[in-house]
Amino acid sequence: MGARVNTAAAGTANWVDERTSIGGFVKFFARKLFPDHWSFMLGEIALYSFVVLLLSGVFLTAFFVPSMDIVTYEGPLATMQGVEMSKAFESTLHMSFEVPGGLLMRQIHHWSALLFTAAIVTHMARVFFTGAFRKPRELNWLVGFTLMILSLAAGFSGYSLPDDVLSGNGLRIIEGVTRSIPIVGEYISYWIFGGEFPGEILIPRLFTMHILLVPGLILVLVALHLFLVFLHKHTQYPGGGRTDKNVVGLPLFPVYTAKAGGFFFVVFGIIALVAAIFTINPVWNYGPYDPSPVSAGTQPDWYILFVDGALRLMPGWLFDVIPMEWEIWGYTLSLNLLIPALIMPGLFFGFVALYPWIESWATGDRGEKHVLDRPRNAPVRTGIGVALITFYVILVMEGSNDIIANLFHLSLNDLTYFFRIGIFVLPVLAFWITRRLCIGLQRKDRELVLHGKETGRIVRHEHGEYQEVHEPLTDHERWVLVSYDDISPLEIEPEYNDRGVRRKGYRWDRFKQRLSRIYFEKRISPVTPEELEAAKHEHH
Amino acid sequence: MNALARHRYHRAAPVVLVLLLLALVTGVAAAVSNASSAEAATTATADDAAEGQKLFAANCASCHGLDATGTEGVAPSLVGVGAAAVDFQVGTGRMPMQSSGPQAIAKRPQFTAEEISQLAAYVASLGAGPAIPTEEQVDPELGDPANGMELFRTNCAMCHGSVGGGGALTQGKYAPNLWETTPTHIYEAMLTGPQSMPVFNDANIDPEGKRDIIAYLKAQDEGSPGGLRLGTIGPVAEGMWGWLVALGLIIASTVWIGARSS
Repeated sequence: MGARVNTAAAGTANWVDERTSIGGFVKFFARKLFPDHWSFMLGEIALYSFVVLLLSGVFLTAFFVPSMDIVTYEGPLATMQGVEMSKAFESTLHMSFEVPGGLLMRQIHHWSALLFTAAIVTHMARVFFTGAFRKPRELNWLVGFTLMILSLAAGFSGYSLPDDVLSGNGLRIIEGVTRSIPIVGEYISYWIFGGEFPGEILIPRLFTMHILLVPGLILVLVALHLFLVFLHKHTQYPGGGRTDKNVVGLPLFPVYTAKAGGFFFVVFGIIALVAAIFTINPVWNYGPYDPSPVSAGTQPDWYILFVDGALRLMPGWLFDVIPMEWEIWGYTLSLNLLIPALIMPGLFFGFVALYPWIESWATGDRGEKHVLDRPRNAPVRTGIGVALITFYVILVMEGSNDIIANLFHLSLNDLTYFFRIGIFVLPVLAFWITRRLCIGLQRKDRELVLHGKETGRIVRHEHGEYQEVHEPLTDHERWVLVSYDDISPLEIEPEYNDRGVRRKGYRWDRFKQRLSRIYFEKRISPVTPEELEAAKHEHH
Repeated sequence: MNALARHRYHRAAPVVLVLLLLALVTGVAAAVSNASSAEAATTATADDAAEGQKLFAANCASCHGLDATGTEGVAPSLVGVGAAAVDFQVGTGRMPMQSSGPQAIAKRPQFTAEEISQLAAYVASLGAGPAIPTEEQVDPELGDPANGMELFRTNCAMCHGSVGGGGALTQGKYAPNLWETTPTHIYEAMLTGPQSMPVFNDANIDPEGKRDIIAYLKAQDEGSPGGLRLGTIGPVAEGMWGWLVALGLIIASTVWIGARSS
């Protein structure tokens, strides 16, 4: 039996290979080495939840009707009996209550959307904090960044499809934000909604965007993203024998194929479990869209919440004196919308997208990096990352301010005042604390390398001295702690040459030196072999 | 005596004792709760009003004044608020107020049903005001939950949330969760507008409409068809659970998978 199966498999493989020459590719891919670490699977979570999104999405498209035509509900739900609603909303209720397994599929789809975006952000954070975006991977960082933006577009367009009160309120905010763009905003809004909000064509348009345009782009970019990972080879954490010139790991086949294949089912299983237990987006609670009601607890899904938070944070009057809404030659300029909803995300995302270039430019480090940084060994970058997260989390919390106020019996107004100050103060504080912590950890590493681990064993020498026995690190342990770049701040030529003539371009150099100093002024250098040797002599 | 001593060590003795104890506890509890939920007298008599006045003088007058005309800046006048307001405020434990704060907090009622009806009778005797609704007026079975949904959405959801889960107001005030509130109290709240709540009189939402709203709220008792409802807080709770539970479990499994290799 086994022999027959093998012959059949070999025969099939040979048949395919003779017609496609695919054998070479399979051999190449199967032998491709990958380093092993749990944090390298975060991107995989995003990929697999995207696969789950595609699978469940195909099911949902079979029942969803993307139409804003008005019908009267006559289904089984008592609280909607005889209520007028769009076909989009009606078909959502239909698939939830009358299609077997429909509600579970909807919940699987929505939970995997939340997971998809969360996994992307976590993966991005891993790449950021370990410096995996550095040369030669800057382009792939940009591809990944674009995927993150596309996941937001996919999420928001899908969230709006059921045409319920909650998502309709979200669209109303989008409309307001679009209109705040000076001069062209009104036209863009009319163009998107096909006239006045809400119009009658938005749901079909969002549907096309949600099931065709955005997922198509995501698929193409995912392919490019993975291709670039193959091309650049995977980064690896510092460790025994690992350098910028090699990859230490296991071949893709059989270990990783089995692991990755199995992991897909772990992800799918957990999504299905969560979707079976917890309600998500109960549109039957919110009711069909109607522009007048806005209920308490109206928030977008978590990945858009930071924009909502920025809108809630923004005062209409600055210090109660300077109005944030101006009328200039008959045009209204709404800074109170423009700044939080467009300028802030633009700057935030722009900084994130361009960070690889910003860092390499500021540090002047142009080398190829294939060994990852431990976050502590890049204190400024780690500090910047934590500051960005702090900034983001404050906006998310302000976006949930009514929920926080209600659950913890706080005053909504006080929370907003606190966050208004906190948005400027806390990220700076977070940066400073994180950098200090990183430097502290680096000092601890130095101490460990030089003097070894404390064993807790006290010995008394013949001459009466007591000493604690320190156990030296193994070579592998030491490798991890000392293998990082030691870059000193940029040195520049003096402002005046020996004849007292002022040098051109000095100011620019000074600026670059300042940036470089931010990164490298306070640094703990890795232990050198000479220092290690000296420390050994000191002990014995 | 010997027999009892022998039986004390019987194998079944602990079980029997525990059962007896449980019966005793539940019996007492049932008696107590029956006593406290005794039906209020539906028709108020002059005696009730007189008894109510005594209760009022002892428990409410320090703020509302002996003649119930209120104290400037402390407590409002109660002339004309009607029996419905008293039944709601005292019946949900909001009055007497435990401490001053952004708003009166619901707690265990401090008076028996009979005392509440006496207080209500007294306050009703001060001036005409809304009366306590009848059983039929608040019966969720007779209401139309779909119409209730539409009325709730336009009139109540902005503060109480889409299904009455509650929500925050300004300066620490809040609109409470409505799922534990009795139909009568919901009706009275609409009629009298307690705390920050506006009054929804019969011209605004007619009595049938009020009953429809009660029917919509009672339809929430059945729970969510989608499973646990995470407090019906909406996308914030969903996002938090997505991060903590879904991503948390999956990352835990990546660590597990990663740990099983080398």
